[in-house]
Formats: sequence, structure tokens, C-alpha cells
Amino acid sequence: MSSRTQKKGFGATIWDYLTTVDHKKIAVLYLLGGTLFFVIAGFEALLMRIQLMYPENTFVSAGFFNELLTMHGTTMLFLAAMPLLFAFMNMIVPLQIGARDVAFPFLNSLGFWLFLFGGLFLHLSFFMGGAPDAGWTSYASLSLYSPGHGIDFYVLGLQVSGAGTLISGINFLVTIINMRAPGMTFMRMPLFTWTTFVTSSLILFGFPPLTAALILLLFDRMFGAQFFNHLMGGNTIIWEHLFWIFGHPEVYILILPAFGLFSEIIPTFSRKRLFGYSSMVFATILIGFLGFMVWAHHMFTVGLGPTANAIFAVATMAIAVPTGMKVFNWLLTVWGGSIKVTTPMLYALGFIPSFVAGGVTGIMQATAPLDYQLHDSYFIVAHFHYVIVGGIVLGILGSTHFYWPLFFNRMLNETLGKITFWVFFIGFHMTFFLQHFLGLMGMPRRVFTYMPNQGWDTFNFISTIGAFLMTAGVILLVINVIITTVKGEPAGNDPWEDGRTLEWAIPQPIPFYNFRQTPLVRGLDPYWIEKQDGNKEGMLYAEPLGDIHMPNNSIVPFVMTLGLFIASFGALYSPLGVADDSRVWAIPVLVIGLAITFGSMIYRSLKDDHGYYLTVAEIEEIEEQLYGKKGGNK
Amino acid sequence: MAHDTPVVTRSAEQQKYYRANTKAYMQRQVTNFAIMIFLTLIAFAAVMADFSKNLILPLILLLAGIQVVLQLYAFMHMEEKDAHEIGVVTMFMWTGAFFAFMMFLAFVTVIWW
Amino acid sequence: MDTLKKYTPETWPAHAEQVTLEGKNKFVGFWLFLACEIVLFASLFATYLALKNKGPAGMEFSTQELYELPLAFAMTMILLTSSLTSVYAMYHMKNYNFKGVQLWMGITVLLGFSFLCLEIYEFNHYVSLGFTFGSSAFASAFYTLVGTHGFHVTVGLVWITALILRNAKRGLNLYNAPKYFVASLYWHFIDVVWVFIFTVVYLMGVVG
Repeated sequence: MSSRTQKKGFGATIWDYLTTVDHKKIAVLYLLGGTLFFVIAGFEALLMRIQLMYPENTFVSAGFFNELLTMHGTTMLFLAAMPLLFAFMNMIVPLQIGARDVAFPFLNSLGFWLFLFGGLFLHLSFFMGGAPDAGWTSYASLSLYSPGHGIDFYVLGLQVSGAGTLISGINFLVTIINMRAPGMTFMRMPLFTWTTFVTSSLILFGFPPLTAALILLLFDRMFGAQFFNHLMGGNTIIWEHLFWIFGHPEVYILILPAFGLFSEIIPTFSRKRLFGYSSMVFATILIGFLGFMVWAHHMFTVGLGPTANAIFAVATMAIAVPTGMKVFNWLLTVWGGSIKVTTPMLYALGFIPSFVAGGVTGIMQATAPLDYQLHDSYFIVAHFHYVIVGGIVLGILGSTHFYWPLFFNRMLNETLGKITFWVFFIGFHMTFFLQHFLGLMGMPRRVFTYMPNQGWDTFNFISTIGAFLMTAGVILLVINVIITTVKGEPAGNDPWEDGRTLEWAIPQPIPFYNFRQTPLVRGLDPYWIEKQDGNKEGMLYAEPLGDIHMPNNSIVPFVMTLGLFIASFGALYSPLGVADDSRVWAIPVLVIGLAITFGSMIYRSLKDDHGYYLTVAEIEEIEEQLYGKKGGNK
Repeated sequence: MAHDTPVVTRSAEQQKYYRANTKAYMQRQVTNFAIMIFLTLIAFAAVMADFSKNLILPLILLLAGIQVVLQLYAFMHMEEKDAHEIGVVTMFMWTGAFFAFMMFLAFVTVIWW
Repeated sequence: MDTLKKYTPETWPAHAEQVTLEGKNKFVGFWLFLACEIVLFASLFATYLALKNKGPAGMEFSTQELYELPLAFAMTMILLTSSLTSVYAMYHMKNYNFKGVQLWMGITVLLGFSFLCLEIYEFNHYVSLGFTFGSSAFASAFYTLVGTHGFHVTVGLVWITALILRNAKRGLNLYNAPKYFVASLYWHFIDVVWVFIFTVVYLMGVVG
């Protein structure tokens, strides 16, 4: 009964979150962890923009600029965007498909702790002799000879957090395949669940090449292998291929859930069924599949030859087709709807043109000859920020407003939300729109400063002002969150009044077992159907009220990850490494860390964990506590 | 969800049939094993006999492919149509194999050197 | 507890590993893990193919001269046989014959262990010739690919041994049936990878 006992002490709460296997609490943890890294990476971006505000500025040194650049990219992609999207996936997917939890609650918790400790390890590099400085792509010839331990932190940190991502990916896949409520067929799944499914498949196939590439780099740097050393027959192009075989799917791993989130927001506030549902599903799958066929468009200038470049150029352009389908479907959903312009809807409406702009510049770069001109210029920076900020970040911010009541049973302030949107949105375009022109005028990316009077000065200055506006937007959101936490009223059931899918049908606050009875799904948008039929409870039930099987909480995932965290320090200071400051304690620490990890694995496999049963009497008692005598969906 | 698994008792007759079935199944598996060993032998012999390279390379790759399909479908029971969500599983396995093939193709053709 | 219920050969379900929700989850989840392993090994294979025979100027090792084909053939035979023995274990699981399961799983472990010994011998032999991990890109790629497979074998051995010991006293039930099944899947997968290593690394290496 561990997860039910409502001890209110601070220590007890901490312990509860350390050991929790409840997907809703893990979602909150992901939200917190992701926000932490989002703020750090955003701050790094701000420092870079301040440095670039004036020509020949000396705000930060060249070396530190490289570290900021690398950490900004790495952190934003691996440790901010993905965990924040994982927060939504964790919270919403089980609720949308009518499940009581994910398929592997233990692994869910393990995935979170791996991500967090991997991220913390990576960030400790700032205090332990310098952060990685070879860019988020960490191309091997450059990263191989990077002095100090920066790259080692990159390799080990990403390896640990990547393992967590892979585990979560498999977990979501199995959850969606196995745990759907009766009647929830694949073609009745809400679009966010679909995009989570495709995203998780991309994680499944995309992360192993990264794991392999990191292992090769780790062996090269720490154990004297020769994969990338051309003097010994090695080949640095292998790193580029492996990295982009992972790296290109990675951008779809990020954007597809954002598509899914917008596909939930837009029909809700257009108060209309999503236009072209099956073509949306088809487009999602097609984008996912094609995402694996195009990696070499990041390598046009490497010299793969005209044949390879042509094949990858055509494949890349083909992705515009399913993406275009999605854009038109969103537009046609809005068309003729009874539109309610709330904050999430505002984000969605802002997203469509911004993302299209980013997509179109992407097609420009798919044209290999033009890419020779654009490559490594600020045009590229503008392009991917239009896709990432215009797509993913707007998606995350919009859904933060949209799903806040589901997470915390409170509504974020709408007025403040709209102000936040406009400040952030204007700041975003101000920062990145001009960078297209900077790129076309020849400003290279990844430089820490530039000479005056090349026509770049004004645009760079405006760009930095935009970055400050984006910062202001994020601060406004934080203020909104604080205000809401302090004096918000309980939002109650279906706070947007137009919820369409199962997650809005559950009474608030959501009990830890989600559904007292597994729901029966009669079609797409099940809650909407029940509302139309005048069903006050919002769902039909597929089973009588009975005992509910729940998993036990466990501290083992935390300990397991802690072991890996400790072992990483041992590997970092390995005596065989490239950097010549090995420590005598390196090998013992490595062994101790791995012993902790394997020990906890053995403990886990020797001790049977069957979970426990929640009896009907207990369920009724909990519901009375939560909703009073007559409340809830009795 | 389905936590209460109904217990179905097979009658003596059914049990006999069940046993005969599993036994026939095991015999098929031994045959598959014999085929695998045989294919490995052919591949090994072809290389040892030093045939033309253009003959050996396609031959041994084909034999390896057949063996893997046998492993997956027979030994790992992917052939059992009534296994849980085996269709989804099959799709994922072949998608993985397809991506693997793409990587081979890329690494033997466009590793620029 | 439902999952710990005692069964008889007459009541034991044909697909015991897929009866409970936990079993189904394990089944699908493990298959997905294997799909992901395909891509992991594909990365290492592709790296090996790209770096095959590449080394510093005047490297004395090439795939034709280095590899001990008869040894690799023997290892293939051992691993293929261990695949069959784990099929026997699954056959006995269908018949609710727990002793059979334990026995055949035990034989699988023994065969796997002898495979591992041969691999260690092989690596040792190559190193003694001067073909060390850091001596060339070719060597690094070879040891990483074959060594990753060897690591998987080691994990499989520890895993199956732990299963055999842990369940020695309690017999088959719906809680541990999926565990045995998944372990046997893993073992077959190791064999699948080895079939490719034998073909792509050893046979194709000797052909040149």
C-alpha cells in the first residue's frame, strides 16, 4: 500500500518521488528535470548571444564560447526537449489509451533516473576541468584530440542518458501495443499516442547507432582503439555516418510528439474532429520511416559523390509530402471550426507558419548544390531553430498550458499566458529571422566573434535583443507557474470544457490507479462521443468494479543508476585515456560503481516483486477522500 | 485487465493429443537444426574448396540469410500466428533488418576514402 | 497470487509465457529489444566492413592470413547446438516438465561456456601474434564486433545460470515461465548474430 499512504512530511515526499513507479509522478519528475536543463541551456544561449551582440566582443573567451555552443546544443536536444516531451508522454499516453500504468513501471523509473544522472554528469564537466567543446555533433577528428576531459564527459553522460531514453522508448511501445483499453483499436488511438508510438520506434532504431558511435569514441579516447585515427587505418567518416544515422531520426523523435500535441490542441479548440485522421496517422508513419533514409543530407559537403548526394537529396525532399499533409490537415481542422483562441490555441496557430518557414528552408538545403553554399553558415542555424523553437518549443510551451490542469489540477493564468506567447513569439522571430540573411551574407556558424563593417553588425544586435525577449517570455511563464501554484483554484474535471479524449474524462485529482474501472472505447475521441450521448460519467466501463493490481514502489532504479554515475567517474580518469591526468582511484571507482549497479540488478532479480492488490473497499475509501461522498464518477 | 487466467483442464484424450503435437513440433525443430548444420557445412566447404569468389560470396550470404530466417521463424517461434501481437513484432524485426541492410549498403559504398 | 498457482501437466497452458499481462508485456518488450539489438550490431558490422584490412602503412595482418577458420567453424557448431538445446528446454516447458527445462537450460549454459572459452583462446592467440586491440583500425573493429558478441554471450550465461539457480526449488509457474522463454529468445538471437559473424567476418574474410 506504499504509494497510497499520504504522509505529508518533506522527507516522506522526497522518498516517495525517489521510489515512485507511478507514471504521473515520473511525468512530474521529467517535467522538473527537463525544465532545469532547459533553463541552463537557455542561459548558455543567452551568453552566446551577448557575446555576438557586438563585433569583436570579449564577453566570453573563444574556448568558453565553444563549450557554451556544445553544451547548449547537447543539453537542449538530449536533456531538455526530450525529457519535456517524455513528461507529456508519460502523463498522457496511459490516460489516453485507458491504462492504469505503463507496461514496465520499474523501467519507467529507471529511465528517468538514467536521464537525470547522465545529464548531471555531463554538466559536472563545467566544474571539473572544462565542458565538451567539439559541438553537439562531436565530429571524431576534432573530438579525438580535444584536450582535457570535456569529450569524455560528453561520451559517458550521453551513454548513460541514452540508455534511459532507449528504455523509455521500449516501455512506451509495449504500453501502446499491450495496454490499450477494450475498443481502443490502433485506428482509434488519439494522435498524440500515435506520434508517441512512432517516436518510440524511432528511438528503438535510432539510439543503437548512437550507442555504437559513442562506444567507438569511448574506446578511442579511453582505451587506445584506432577507429578514427587515420594514421592507423581509421576513418572519421564512420563517426559522421553513425552520428547522423542517429541524428536525423533524433530530430523526428523531437518533432513528432510536438505534432501530436498540436493535433490534440487544434481539434479541441476548433471544437471539431481532427480533419483527415487516417492520413495524419499515415503521414506520421511515413515521416518516421523516411527519417531513416535521409541521414547523409547532413554530409553533402563531405564528398560522398554525386550519386549518393542525389539519392539523399530526393529522399529528403520526399519528406515534405507527408509533412505537408499534416499542415493542410491542421488548417482544414481549424477551417469552419468554432474556434476558441485560448493560450494553447495561440501557440498552435503561431506554430503553423513558423514551422512551415523552417520546413521550407529545409527543402532549400535538401538541394545539394545549394547546400554547398548554405553549409556551415547562419542560414543553417536559422533553419533548425525555426524547426526546433517554432515546432518543438512552441509545442512544449503550448501543451504546458494545455495539460497543466491534468498535471496539477490548476489552470495557468490565461491573460498572462497570452502575454507570454506574444513576448516569446516576437522574440523568437526577431532572433532567428534575420539569421537567414546573416547566413546568406556569409556569416559562418560556430564562430565566437566577427569583424565589424561586414554588414552583420545591426542584424546581430537585433538578434540578441530577440534572445532577451525570449528569455523574458520564459520568465513570465515561470511567474505564471508560481502564481498558479500559490493561489490557483482546483481546475476540476475537463477544465477546457471541450476535451475530446479519455484523459479529460478522468475525475480530478486523478487517483493513482487512474481508472477505477477500465473504460470501454466506442470510437475516435471517446470522451466527445460520450458527451454527445449525454453520458454524465464521461465513459463506459468494460469491467465491473474489482480489485486492482498495482506495482510496488522501489528504490532500486535510483541505486542502479547511482552505480553507473559513480562508475562513469572511474572510466573518465582511466589510466589508458587520452588526457594525461589519470587518477590512481580510477579503476577501483569504476569497479565499485559497476558492482553497485550489478548488485542492484541481482537484488532485483532475486527478490520477487508481484505488486499488490487494491481491494474494492480501499478504492471506495480513497475516492471518498478525494471527491467526497457523491463526487467523482460514481 | 486480464489478471485472472482461466484454468482449462485437458482431458486424458486431449492431453495425449497435446503431447503428440508438442512431440511432432520438437521433431520439426530437430529437422530445422539439421538443415542449419547442413547449410553451415556447405558454406564452410565452399570456402575451404576455394571456389571462385563471385560464386562463394552470394552463396554464403544466401545461406546465412536462410539460417537466420529458420532461427527467427522456427526456433524463436515467429511462425506461430496465434502468439501475442506477433504481427507487430514481425514488422519491427523486419524494419530493423531493413535499416541494418541500409547501413551495410551505405558503409560499403559511401564511406568516403 | 494468481501467478504463483501450481499447475499440472493437464492444466498447464500451451503458451504459458503469454498468458498473464506481465508475460505479454515481457514477450513484446523483449522482441522490441531484439529489434534494437539488430541495429546495434548492424552499426558494428558496418564499421567492421568499412575498416576491414585497414591499418598503418605496412600492417602485416590481413583477414586471409589471420583467421583460424576451423576454430570458428567449431565455435559455430557449438553455438548452433546450444540453440537446439534451448529449444529442447522450451519443449519441456510446454509439457510442464520442469526438470527437463532445467536440464536442457543447464546444457545450453555448458555449451555457451565452452564457446566462450574458445573465443577467449582465439583472442589470446591473435594477441600473441601481435594483433592487439590498438594496433590498427582493423583490429579495433574486429575485437569490438566479436567482443560485443562475446559480451552478450557472457550476459546470457550469467542470466540463464541465475534463472536456473533462482527457480531450482519452486518449479514452473506463470511468473517464471515468461522469464525462461525470454532468456531462450535472447540465446537464439545471440546465435543469429553469430551466424552473421561467421559468414561476414570469418568466411568472407578468408575469401578476401
